[in-house]
Amino acid sequence: MTKWRIVVFLVSLLPLAAMVWGALHDRLGANPAEALSHESGSWALRFLLITLSITPLRRLTGWRKAVLLRRMLGLFSFFYACLHFLVWLWLDREFAWGGMLADIATRPYITVGFLSFLILIALALTSNMFSMRRLGLRWKGLHRLVYAAALLAILHFIWLVKADLMQPLIYLGVFVVLMLLRLPRKAVMRKPRRMVKKQVVA
Amino acid sequence: MREYRYGRIKPSGITDQHVWLKRRQLIKAGMAAGAGLLLGGANGQAMAAVAGPGNNRKIPLSGEGVDGGVLVPTEYEHITTYNNFYELGYGKETPAENAAALKTRPWSVKVSGECTKPGIMDIEDILKLDQEERIYRFRCVEAWAMVVPWVGFPLGEFLKRFEPTSRAKFVEFETLYDPEHLPGQKRMVLDWPYREGLRMDEAMHPLAFMATGLYGEVLPGQNGAPLRLVIPWKYGFKSIKSIVSIRFVEKQPLNSWNAAAANEYGFYANVNPRVPHPRWSQERHRVLGKGIFGGKEDTLLFNGYAEEVASLYSGMDLRKYF
Repeated sequence: MTKWRIVVFLVSLLPLAAMVWGALHDRLGANPAEALSHESGSWALRFLLITLSITPLRRLTGWRKAVLLRRMLGLFSFFYACLHFLVWLWLDREFAWGGMLADIATRPYITVGFLSFLILIALALTSNMFSMRRLGLRWKGLHRLVYAAALLAILHFIWLVKADLMQPLIYLGVFVVLMLLRLPRKAVMRKPRRMVKKQVVA
Repeated sequence: MREYRYGRIKPSGITDQHVWLKRRQLIKAGMAAGAGLLLGGANGQAMAAVAGPGNNRKIPLSGEGVDGGVLVPTEYEHITTYNNFYELGYGKETPAENAAALKTRPWSVKVSGECTKPGIMDIEDILKLDQEERIYRFRCVEAWAMVVPWVGFPLGEFLKRFEPTSRAKFVEFETLYDPEHLPGQKRMVLDWPYREGLRMDEAMHPLAFMATGLYGEVLPGQNGAPLRLVIPWKYGFKSIKSIVSIRFVEKQPLNSWNAAAANEYGFYANVNPRVPHPRWSQERHRVLGKGIFGGKEDTLLFNGYAEEVASLYSGMDLRKYF
Protein backbone atom coordinates (compact mmCIF):
# COMPACT_ATOMS: atom_id res chain seq x y z
CA MET A 1 0.00 0.00 0.00
CA THR A 2 2.87 2.37 0.64
CA LYS A 3 3.86 2.06 -3.00
CA TRP A 4 0.33 2.90 -4.10
CA ARG A 5 0.32 5.90 -1.83
CA ILE A 6 3.56 7.24 -3.24
CA VAL A 7 2.38 6.77 -6.82
CA VAL A 8 -0.98 8.46 -6.19
CA PHE A 9 0.75 11.27 -4.31
CA LEU A 10 3.15 11.99 -7.18
CA VAL A 11 0.47 11.72 -9.86
CA SER A 12 -1.74 14.09 -7.88
CA LEU A 13 1.01 16.69 -8.02
CA LEU A 14 1.11 16.62 -11.85
CA PRO A 15 -1.61 19.28 -12.35
CA LEU A 16 0.35 21.58 -10.04
CA ALA A 17 3.54 20.85 -11.97
CA ALA A 18 1.76 21.66 -15.25
CA MET A 19 0.52 24.98 -13.84
CA VAL A 20 3.94 25.97 -12.51
CA TRP A 21 5.63 24.95 -15.78
CA GLY A 22 3.06 26.88 -17.82
CA ALA A 23 3.49 29.95 -15.65
CA LEU A 24 7.29 29.88 -15.83
CA HIS A 25 7.33 29.39 -19.60
CA ASP A 26 4.55 31.84 -20.40
CA ARG A 27 2.41 29.06 -21.86
CA LEU A 28 -0.86 29.86 -20.13
CA GLY A 29 -2.26 31.93 -23.00
CA ALA A 30 -3.30 35.55 -23.20
CA ASN A 31 -4.96 35.55 -19.79
CA PRO A 32 -2.73 33.46 -17.50
CA ALA A 33 -4.49 34.55 -14.31
CA GLU A 34 -7.78 33.22 -15.65
CA ALA A 35 -6.08 30.02 -16.84
CA LEU A 36 -4.68 29.40 -13.34
CA SER A 37 -8.08 30.06 -11.79
CA HIS A 38 -9.83 27.63 -14.15
CA GLU A 39 -7.17 24.94 -13.80
CA SER A 40 -6.98 25.01 -10.01
CA GLY A 41 -10.78 25.10 -9.70
CA SER A 42 -11.27 22.24 -12.14
CA TRP A 43 -8.71 20.08 -10.36
CA ALA A 44 -10.25 20.77 -6.94
CA LEU A 45 -13.57 19.51 -8.28
CA ARG A 46 -12.03 16.56 -10.11
CA PHE A 47 -10.19 15.42 -6.99
CA LEU A 48 -13.38 15.77 -4.99
CA LEU A 49 -15.17 13.46 -7.43
CA ILE A 50 -12.22 11.04 -7.49
CA THR A 51 -12.42 10.95 -3.70
CA LEU A 52 -16.12 10.17 -3.92
CA SER A 53 -15.43 7.36 -6.36
CA ILE A 54 -13.40 5.37 -3.85
CA THR A 55 -16.42 3.88 -2.11
CA PRO A 56 -18.11 2.68 -5.35
CA LEU A 57 -14.73 1.43 -6.57
CA ARG A 58 -14.37 -0.61 -3.42
CA ARG A 59 -17.86 -2.02 -3.81
CA LEU A 60 -17.48 -2.88 -7.46
CA THR A 61 -14.00 -4.35 -7.34
CA GLY A 62 -13.77 -5.59 -3.81
CA TRP A 63 -10.43 -3.77 -3.49
CA ARG A 64 -10.90 -2.83 0.13
CA LYS A 65 -7.57 -1.12 0.61
CA ALA A 66 -8.60 1.64 -1.81
CA VAL A 67 -10.09 3.40 1.19
CA LEU A 68 -6.57 4.01 2.45
CA LEU A 69 -6.06 6.43 -0.47
CA ARG A 70 -9.23 8.37 0.18
CA ARG A 71 -7.94 10.84 2.75
CA MET A 72 -4.98 11.81 0.60
CA LEU A 73 -7.20 12.37 -2.45
CA GLY A 74 -9.56 14.45 -0.39
CA LEU A 75 -6.68 16.54 0.89
CA PHE A 76 -5.51 17.09 -2.69
CA SER A 77 -8.96 18.41 -3.53
CA PHE A 78 -8.57 20.79 -0.59
CA PHE A 79 -5.08 21.72 -1.76
CA TYR A 80 -6.26 22.69 -5.25
CA ALA A 81 -9.26 24.48 -3.74
CA CYS A 82 -6.81 26.54 -1.64
CA LEU A 83 -4.87 27.41 -4.79
CA HIS A 84 -8.13 28.35 -6.53
CA PHE A 85 -9.12 30.57 -3.59
CA LEU A 86 -5.66 32.17 -3.49
CA VAL A 87 -5.70 32.91 -7.23
CA TRP A 88 -9.10 34.56 -6.83
CA LEU A 89 -8.08 36.54 -3.75
CA TRP A 90 -4.74 37.65 -5.16
CA LEU A 91 -5.01 37.89 -8.95
CA ASP A 92 -8.72 38.56 -9.32
CA ARG A 93 -9.76 40.53 -6.24
CA GLU A 94 -6.23 41.91 -5.69
CA PHE A 95 -6.62 41.56 -1.92
CA ALA A 96 -9.44 44.09 -1.87
CA TRP A 97 -11.09 42.62 1.22
CA GLY A 98 -14.18 44.83 1.00
CA GLY A 99 -14.87 43.78 -2.55
CA MET A 100 -14.17 40.19 -1.64
CA LEU A 101 -16.71 40.12 1.18
CA ALA A 102 -19.25 41.93 -0.99
CA ASP A 103 -18.72 39.30 -3.69
CA ILE A 104 -19.30 36.46 -1.25
CA ALA A 105 -22.45 38.12 0.09
CA THR A 106 -24.03 39.26 -3.18
CA ARG A 107 -22.88 36.98 -5.99
CA PRO A 108 -24.55 33.57 -5.67
CA TYR A 109 -21.94 31.64 -7.62
CA ILE A 110 -19.24 32.97 -5.31
CA THR A 111 -21.40 32.37 -2.24
CA VAL A 112 -21.83 28.67 -3.02
CA GLY A 113 -18.20 28.29 -4.06
CA PHE A 114 -17.08 29.83 -0.79
CA LEU A 115 -19.46 27.60 1.21
CA SER A 116 -18.00 24.58 -0.51
CA PHE A 117 -14.53 25.80 0.41
CA LEU A 118 -15.54 26.31 4.06
CA ILE A 119 -16.75 22.71 4.21
CA LEU A 120 -13.48 21.48 2.72
CA ILE A 121 -11.56 23.46 5.35
CA ALA A 122 -13.56 21.81 8.15
CA LEU A 123 -13.07 18.36 6.64
CA ALA A 124 -9.34 18.89 6.08
CA LEU A 125 -8.85 20.12 9.65
CA THR A 126 -10.59 17.06 11.05
CA SER A 127 -9.03 14.54 8.71
CA ASN A 128 -6.42 13.38 11.23
CA MET A 129 -6.61 10.42 13.61
CA PHE A 130 -6.77 12.69 16.63
CA SER A 131 -9.94 14.40 15.40
CA MET A 132 -11.46 11.07 14.40
CA ARG A 133 -10.99 9.80 17.93
CA ARG A 134 -12.15 13.06 19.54
CA LEU A 135 -15.29 13.34 17.43
CA GLY A 136 -16.17 9.66 17.58
CA LEU A 137 -19.54 9.03 15.97
CA ARG A 138 -20.01 12.67 15.08
CA TRP A 139 -16.99 12.46 12.76
CA LYS A 140 -18.90 10.44 10.21
CA GLY A 141 -21.80 12.89 10.25
CA LEU A 142 -19.45 15.80 9.76
CA HIS A 143 -17.66 14.14 6.88
CA ARG A 144 -20.91 13.38 5.11
CA LEU A 145 -20.82 17.11 4.31
CA VAL A 146 -18.44 16.15 1.52
CA TYR A 147 -21.51 15.44 -0.64
CA ALA A 148 -22.75 18.99 -0.02
CA ALA A 149 -19.29 20.36 -0.82
CA ALA A 150 -19.27 18.56 -4.17
CA LEU A 151 -22.78 19.66 -5.05
CA LEU A 152 -22.05 23.29 -4.11
CA ALA A 153 -18.85 23.22 -6.16
CA ILE A 154 -20.78 21.97 -9.19
CA LEU A 155 -23.44 24.63 -8.62
CA HIS A 156 -20.62 27.22 -8.45
CA PHE A 157 -19.49 26.01 -11.88
CA ILE A 158 -23.01 25.95 -13.37
CA TRP A 159 -23.73 29.50 -12.20
CA LEU A 160 -20.51 31.00 -13.47
CA VAL A 161 -20.65 29.88 -17.11
CA LYS A 162 -22.17 32.25 -19.64
CA ALA A 163 -24.05 30.02 -22.01
CA ASP A 164 -22.45 26.64 -22.63
CA LEU A 165 -23.50 24.39 -19.74
CA MET A 166 -22.01 21.21 -21.21
CA GLN A 167 -18.93 21.03 -18.97
CA PRO A 168 -20.53 21.62 -15.56
CA LEU A 169 -23.37 19.26 -16.49
CA ILE A 170 -20.85 16.51 -17.22
CA TYR A 171 -19.48 16.96 -13.69
CA LEU A 172 -23.03 16.88 -12.36
CA GLY A 173 -23.65 13.67 -14.30
CA VAL A 174 -20.56 12.04 -12.81
CA PHE A 175 -21.66 13.14 -9.34
CA VAL A 176 -25.14 11.67 -9.83
CA VAL A 177 -23.68 8.37 -11.04
CA LEU A 178 -21.38 8.22 -8.02
CA MET A 179 -24.36 8.82 -5.75
CA LEU A 180 -26.50 6.15 -7.47
CA LEU A 181 -23.70 3.63 -7.08
CA ARG A 182 -24.02 4.17 -3.33
CA LEU A 183 -27.65 3.06 -3.19
CA PRO A 184 -28.08 -0.18 -1.27
CA ARG A 185 -27.63 -2.94 -3.79
CA LYS A 186 -31.10 -4.42 -3.47
CA ALA A 187 -32.73 -1.06 -4.12
CA VAL A 188 -30.81 -0.72 -7.37
CA MET A 189 -31.64 -4.27 -8.41
CA ARG A 190 -35.33 -3.87 -7.81
CA LYS A 191 -35.59 -0.88 -10.15
CA PRO A 192 -36.01 -1.58 -13.84
CA ARG A 193 -32.93 -0.57 -15.77
CA ARG A 194 -34.61 2.19 -17.70
CA MET A 195 -35.53 4.10 -14.61
CA VAL A 196 -32.00 4.09 -13.33
CA LYS A 197 -30.81 5.44 -16.65
CA LYS A 198 -33.34 8.21 -16.55
CA GLN A 199 -32.08 9.34 -13.19
CA VAL A 200 -28.58 9.45 -14.52
CA VAL A 201 -29.60 11.84 -17.25
CA ALA A 202 -31.46 14.08 -14.84
CA MET B 1 -6.39 60.18 -17.22
CA ARG B 2 -7.71 60.38 -20.77
CA GLU B 3 -5.43 58.51 -23.08
CA TYR B 4 -7.38 58.91 -26.26
CA ARG B 5 -7.93 62.09 -28.28
CA TYR B 6 -10.19 61.56 -31.19
CA GLY B 7 -9.27 63.49 -34.29
CA ARG B 8 -6.54 65.65 -32.81
CA ILE B 9 -3.50 63.52 -32.51
CA LYS B 10 -0.21 65.25 -33.18
CA PRO B 11 1.76 63.76 -36.08
CA SER B 12 4.48 62.94 -33.56
CA GLY B 13 2.02 60.70 -31.74
CA ILE B 14 1.57 58.53 -34.80
CA THR B 15 4.11 55.83 -35.35
CA ASP B 16 4.75 55.12 -39.00
CA GLN B 17 3.28 51.70 -39.73
CA HIS B 18 6.46 50.40 -41.33
CA VAL B 19 8.45 51.54 -38.35
CA TRP B 20 6.29 49.76 -35.83
CA LEU B 21 5.99 46.65 -37.93
CA LYS B 22 9.75 46.50 -38.06
CA ARG B 23 9.99 47.25 -34.35
CA ARG B 24 7.54 44.46 -33.63
CA GLN B 25 9.46 42.02 -35.81
CA LEU B 26 12.56 42.81 -33.81
CA ILE B 27 10.75 42.29 -30.53
CA LYS B 28 9.20 39.08 -31.83
CA ALA B 29 12.52 37.77 -33.10
CA GLY B 30 14.07 38.45 -29.72
CA MET B 31 11.21 36.78 -27.88
CA ALA B 32 11.14 33.78 -30.18
CA ALA B 33 14.88 33.39 -29.75
CA GLY B 34 14.53 33.59 -25.98
CA ALA B 35 11.65 31.15 -25.96
CA GLY B 36 13.61 28.87 -28.27
CA LEU B 37 16.46 28.81 -25.81
CA LEU B 38 14.15 27.99 -22.94
CA LEU B 39 11.97 25.43 -24.63
CA GLY B 40 14.26 23.85 -27.14
CA GLY B 41 14.05 24.12 -30.92
CA ALA B 42 10.70 22.51 -31.60
CA ASN B 43 8.69 24.66 -29.22
CA GLY B 44 10.48 27.77 -30.32
CA GLN B 45 9.35 27.08 -33.86
CA ALA B 46 5.80 26.39 -32.77
CA MET B 47 5.70 29.78 -31.08
CA ALA B 48 7.04 31.55 -34.12
CA ALA B 49 4.28 30.00 -36.24
CA VAL B 50 1.54 31.91 -34.42
CA ALA B 51 3.58 35.02 -33.89
CA GLY B 52 2.18 36.83 -37.01
CA PRO B 53 1.19 39.17 -38.53
CA GLY B 54 2.53 38.20 -41.89
CA ASN B 55 0.41 35.24 -42.93
CA ASN B 56 -2.60 37.09 -44.27
CA ARG B 57 -3.30 39.36 -47.22
CA LYS B 58 -2.27 42.97 -46.61
CA ILE B 59 -4.84 45.75 -46.81
CA PRO B 60 -3.56 48.95 -48.45
CA LEU B 61 -4.44 52.04 -46.41
CA SER B 62 -5.83 55.14 -48.11
CA GLY B 63 -5.47 57.57 -45.25
CA GLU B 64 -3.55 58.01 -42.05
CA GLY B 65 -6.52 57.11 -39.94
CA VAL B 66 -6.66 57.70 -36.22
CA ASP B 67 -3.91 56.53 -33.97
CA GLY B 68 -4.60 55.61 -30.39
CA GLY B 69 -2.04 58.12 -29.13
CA VAL B 70 -0.26 56.45 -26.24
CA LEU B 71 -2.19 53.18 -26.55
CA VAL B 72 0.13 50.24 -27.04
CA PRO B 73 -1.43 47.53 -29.24
CA THR B 74 -1.76 44.09 -27.66
CA GLU B 75 0.42 41.36 -29.20
CA TYR B 76 -1.03 39.94 -32.43
CA GLU B 77 -0.72 36.48 -30.92
CA HIS B 78 -2.97 37.38 -27.99
CA ILE B 79 -5.52 39.22 -30.12
CA THR B 80 -5.84 36.16 -32.35
CA THR B 81 -5.80 33.34 -29.77
CA TYR B 82 -8.14 34.67 -27.09
CA ASN B 83 -11.55 35.17 -28.67
CA ASN B 84 -15.21 34.86 -27.89
CA PHE B 85 -16.69 33.62 -31.15
CA TYR B 86 -19.09 30.83 -30.21
CA GLU B 87 -19.75 29.97 -33.86
CA LEU B 88 -16.19 28.60 -33.92
CA GLY B 89 -16.22 27.06 -30.44
CA TYR B 90 -17.14 28.02 -26.90
CA GLY B 91 -13.66 28.22 -25.40
CA LYS B 92 -11.26 31.14 -25.69
CA GLU B 93 -8.75 29.29 -27.85
CA THR B 94 -11.12 27.09 -29.85
CA PRO B 95 -12.12 29.85 -32.32
CA ALA B 96 -8.49 30.12 -33.45
CA GLU B 97 -8.26 26.32 -33.74
CA ASN B 98 -11.47 26.09 -35.77
CA ALA B 99 -10.94 29.24 -37.83
CA ALA B 100 -10.56 27.25 -41.05
CA ALA B 101 -14.23 26.24 -40.78
CA LEU B 102 -15.22 29.80 -41.63
CA LYS B 103 -15.19 30.18 -45.42
CA THR B 104 -14.92 33.86 -46.27
CA ARG B 105 -15.19 33.52 -50.06
CA PRO B 106 -17.56 33.97 -51.72
CA TRP B 107 -18.99 36.51 -49.26
CA SER B 108 -21.48 39.29 -49.63
CA VAL B 109 -23.39 41.56 -47.32
CA LYS B 110 -27.07 42.17 -47.84
CA VAL B 111 -28.28 45.62 -46.88
CA SER B 112 -32.05 45.93 -46.60
CA GLY B 113 -34.92 47.47 -44.69
CA GLU B 114 -35.82 51.13 -44.36
CA CYS B 115 -33.56 52.59 -47.03
CA THR B 116 -33.95 53.82 -50.58
CA LYS B 117 -30.99 51.96 -52.04
CA PRO B 118 -30.96 48.47 -50.63
CA GLY B 119 -28.48 46.07 -52.13
CA ILE B 120 -26.00 43.27 -51.91
CA MET B 121 -22.35 44.18 -51.73
CA ASP B 122 -19.54 41.77 -52.46
CA ILE B 123 -16.68 41.60 -49.96
CA GLU B 124 -14.13 42.40 -52.67
CA ASP B 125 -15.98 45.65 -53.39
CA ILE B 126 -16.10 46.39 -49.67
CA LEU B 127 -12.34 45.91 -49.48
CA LYS B 128 -11.96 48.45 -52.31
CA LEU B 129 -13.48 51.20 -50.14
CA ASP B 130 -10.99 53.58 -48.52
CA GLN B 131 -9.43 51.73 -45.58
CA GLU B 132 -7.83 53.36 -42.57
CA GLU B 133 -6.26 52.19 -39.34
CA ARG B 134 -7.76 52.84 -35.91
CA ILE B 135 -6.17 51.83 -32.65
CA TYR B 136 -8.98 51.29 -30.17
CA ARG B 137 -9.35 49.91 -26.70
CA PHE B 138 -11.54 46.79 -26.70
CA ARG B 139 -13.31 45.91 -23.45
CA CYS B 140 -15.10 42.59 -23.02
CA VAL B 141 -18.09 42.26 -20.70
CA GLU B 142 -16.05 39.53 -18.96
CA ALA B 143 -13.71 42.18 -17.52
CA TRP B 144 -10.72 41.72 -19.80
CA ALA B 145 -9.48 44.12 -22.43
CA MET B 146 -7.01 44.59 -25.22
CA VAL B 147 -5.84 47.29 -27.60
CA VAL B 148 -6.39 46.49 -31.26
CA PRO B 149 -5.01 48.22 -34.36
CA TRP B 150 -8.04 47.70 -36.61
CA VAL B 151 -8.20 48.35 -40.33
CA GLY B 152 -11.50 49.32 -41.91
CA PHE B 153 -13.82 52.26 -42.49
CA PRO B 154 -16.32 54.35 -40.53
CA LEU B 155 -19.67 52.56 -40.24
CA GLY B 156 -21.70 55.75 -40.75
CA GLU B 157 -20.19 56.58 -44.12
CA PHE B 158 -20.79 53.04 -45.27
CA LEU B 159 -24.43 53.06 -44.16
CA LYS B 160 -25.11 56.40 -45.93
CA ARG B 161 -24.43 54.75 -49.30
CA PHE B 162 -27.72 52.88 -48.90
CA GLU B 163 -29.64 56.04 -48.01
CA PRO B 164 -31.58 55.07 -44.88
CA THR B 165 -34.98 56.76 -44.68
CA SER B 166 -36.44 58.67 -41.74
CA ARG B 167 -38.11 55.45 -40.62
CA ALA B 168 -34.73 53.87 -39.99
CA LYS B 169 -34.36 54.24 -36.21
CA PHE B 170 -32.08 51.27 -35.62
CA VAL B 171 -29.65 49.07 -37.52
CA GLU B 172 -29.68 45.31 -37.11
CA PHE B 173 -26.66 43.14 -37.95
CA GLU B 174 -26.54 39.40 -38.48
CA THR B 175 -23.66 36.92 -38.47
CA LEU B 176 -23.35 34.10 -41.00
CA TYR B 177 -25.59 31.11 -40.23
CA ASP B 178 -23.95 27.93 -41.49
CA PRO B 179 -24.32 25.08 -38.98
CA GLU B 180 -22.88 22.59 -41.47
CA HIS B 181 -19.50 24.26 -41.31
CA LEU B 182 -19.49 26.36 -38.14
CA PRO B 183 -19.03 23.84 -35.31
CA GLY B 184 -20.47 26.08 -32.61
CA GLN B 185 -23.81 26.44 -34.39
CA LYS B 186 -24.50 22.70 -34.14
CA ARG B 187 -25.79 23.26 -30.62
CA MET B 188 -28.30 25.92 -29.58
CA VAL B 189 -26.01 27.57 -27.06
CA LEU B 190 -27.35 30.85 -28.43
CA ASP B 191 -30.34 31.44 -30.71
CA TRP B 192 -28.47 31.44 -34.04
CA PRO B 193 -27.74 33.41 -36.08
CA TYR B 194 -26.01 35.90 -33.79
CA ARG B 195 -27.68 39.29 -33.94
CA GLU B 196 -26.73 42.74 -32.77
CA GLY B 197 -28.15 46.21 -33.11
CA LEU B 198 -27.40 49.89 -32.73
CA ARG B 199 -29.50 52.98 -32.48
CA MET B 200 -29.16 55.02 -35.68
CA ASP B 201 -27.26 57.87 -34.01
CA GLU B 202 -24.85 55.38 -32.45
CA ALA B 203 -24.25 53.77 -35.83
CA MET B 204 -23.61 57.16 -37.45
CA HIS B 205 -21.12 58.23 -34.76
CA PRO B 206 -17.63 58.78 -36.20
CA LEU B 207 -16.07 56.29 -33.74
CA ALA B 208 -18.34 53.44 -34.91
CA PHE B 209 -16.23 51.34 -37.21
CA MET B 210 -16.41 48.43 -39.63
CA ALA B 211 -13.24 46.36 -39.51
CA THR B 212 -11.89 44.32 -42.38
CA GLY B 213 -8.49 43.74 -40.84
CA LEU B 214 -6.06 44.12 -37.98
CA TYR B 215 -2.36 44.80 -37.88
CA GLY B 216 -2.55 45.87 -41.53
CA GLU B 217 -3.87 42.54 -42.78
CA VAL B 218 -7.27 40.99 -43.44
CA LEU B 219 -9.00 39.63 -40.34
CA PRO B 220 -8.29 36.05 -39.36
CA GLY B 221 -11.43 33.92 -39.00
CA GLN B 222 -11.42 33.92 -35.21
CA ASN B 223 -11.57 37.73 -35.16
CA GLY B 224 -14.69 37.85 -37.33
CA ALA B 225 -13.49 37.67 -40.92
CA PRO B 226 -14.17 39.09 -43.37
CA LEU B 227 -16.14 41.98 -41.92
CA ARG B 228 -17.05 42.90 -38.37
CA LEU B 229 -18.34 45.75 -36.31
CA VAL B 230 -16.16 47.62 -33.78
CA ILE B 231 -17.91 49.85 -31.25
CA PRO B 232 -15.10 50.82 -28.88
CA TRP B 233 -17.25 52.37 -26.14
CA LYS B 234 -19.45 49.27 -25.77
CA TYR B 235 -18.75 45.79 -24.43
CA GLY B 236 -17.21 43.46 -26.97
CA PHE B 237 -20.31 41.38 -27.63
CA LYS B 238 -21.85 44.39 -29.43
CA SER B 239 -19.05 44.24 -31.99
CA ILE B 240 -20.66 41.47 -34.05
CA LYS B 241 -18.42 39.34 -36.26
CA SER B 242 -18.61 37.88 -39.78
CA ILE B 243 -21.54 40.04 -40.87
CA VAL B 244 -23.79 38.91 -43.74
CA SER B 245 -26.80 41.14 -43.21
CA ILE B 246 -27.45 44.75 -42.27
CA ARG B 247 -31.03 45.89 -41.91
CA PHE B 248 -32.46 49.35 -41.19
CA VAL B 249 -35.43 48.93 -38.88
CA GLU B 250 -37.94 51.05 -37.04
CA LYS B 251 -38.05 49.10 -33.77
CA GLN B 252 -35.21 48.28 -31.42
CA PRO B 253 -33.86 44.90 -32.50
CA LEU B 254 -33.32 42.04 -30.05
CA ASN B 255 -29.61 41.29 -29.71
CA SER B 256 -28.52 37.70 -29.06
CA TRP B 257 -27.07 38.06 -25.58
CA ASN B 258 -29.99 40.19 -24.48
CA ALA B 259 -32.29 37.41 -25.69
CA ALA B 260 -30.21 34.80 -23.86
CA ALA B 261 -30.06 36.59 -20.49
CA ALA B 262 -31.89 39.91 -20.37
CA ASN B 263 -30.90 40.65 -16.77
CA GLU B 264 -27.20 40.32 -17.59
CA TYR B 265 -26.78 41.78 -21.07
CA GLY B 266 -28.69 44.82 -22.21
CA PHE B 267 -29.25 46.37 -25.60
CA TYR B 268 -26.93 49.33 -24.99
CA ALA B 269 -24.08 47.49 -23.25
CA ASN B 270 -22.08 50.68 -22.81
CA VAL B 271 -18.90 50.16 -20.82
CA ASN B 272 -19.68 51.51 -17.36
CA PRO B 273 -17.69 50.77 -14.19
CA ARG B 274 -20.61 51.83 -12.02
CA VAL B 275 -23.09 49.32 -13.43
CA PRO B 276 -21.95 45.85 -12.36
CA HIS B 277 -22.79 42.69 -14.21
CA PRO B 278 -25.06 40.70 -11.85
CA ARG B 279 -22.28 38.15 -11.38
CA TRP B 280 -19.16 40.30 -11.32
CA SER B 281 -17.93 43.85 -10.88
CA GLN B 282 -17.14 46.00 -13.90
CA GLU B 283 -14.98 48.45 -11.98
CA ARG B 284 -11.69 47.04 -13.16
CA HIS B 285 -10.43 44.89 -15.98
CA ARG B 286 -7.36 42.92 -16.95
CA VAL B 287 -5.47 44.01 -20.05
CA LEU B 288 -4.31 40.91 -21.91
CA GLY B 289 -0.66 40.18 -22.42
CA LYS B 290 0.61 41.65 -19.16
CA GLY B 291 1.46 38.35 -17.53
CA ILE B 292 0.20 36.68 -14.38
CA PHE B 293 1.07 39.56 -12.08
CA GLY B 294 0.26 42.30 -14.59
CA GLY B 295 -2.62 43.44 -12.43
CA LYS B 296 -5.82 45.15 -13.46
CA GLU B 297 -6.73 48.64 -14.59
CA ASP B 298 -9.64 50.89 -13.71
CA THR B 299 -12.43 50.69 -16.24
CA LEU B 300 -13.46 54.10 -17.58
CA LEU B 301 -16.97 55.24 -18.41
CA PHE B 302 -17.66 54.49 -22.10
CA ASN B 303 -14.28 52.72 -22.11
CA GLY B 304 -12.50 56.08 -22.03
CA TYR B 305 -14.43 57.54 -24.99
CA ALA B 306 -16.87 59.53 -22.85
CA GLU B 307 -15.76 62.85 -24.30
CA GLU B 308 -16.84 61.72 -27.74
CA VAL B 309 -19.95 59.62 -27.06
CA ALA B 310 -21.47 60.69 -23.72
CA SER B 311 -23.76 63.17 -25.49
CA LEU B 312 -25.52 60.26 -27.22
CA TYR B 313 -26.91 59.24 -23.85
CA SER B 314 -27.58 62.54 -22.12
CA GLY B 315 -30.61 62.33 -19.89
CA MET B 316 -30.70 58.54 -20.04
CA ASP B 317 -30.62 56.42 -16.89
CA LEU B 318 -27.57 54.27 -17.65
CA ARG B 319 -28.52 51.84 -14.90
CA LYS B 320 -31.87 51.16 -16.48
CA TYR B 321 -30.59 51.16 -20.05
CA PHE B 322 -27.48 49.09 -19.37
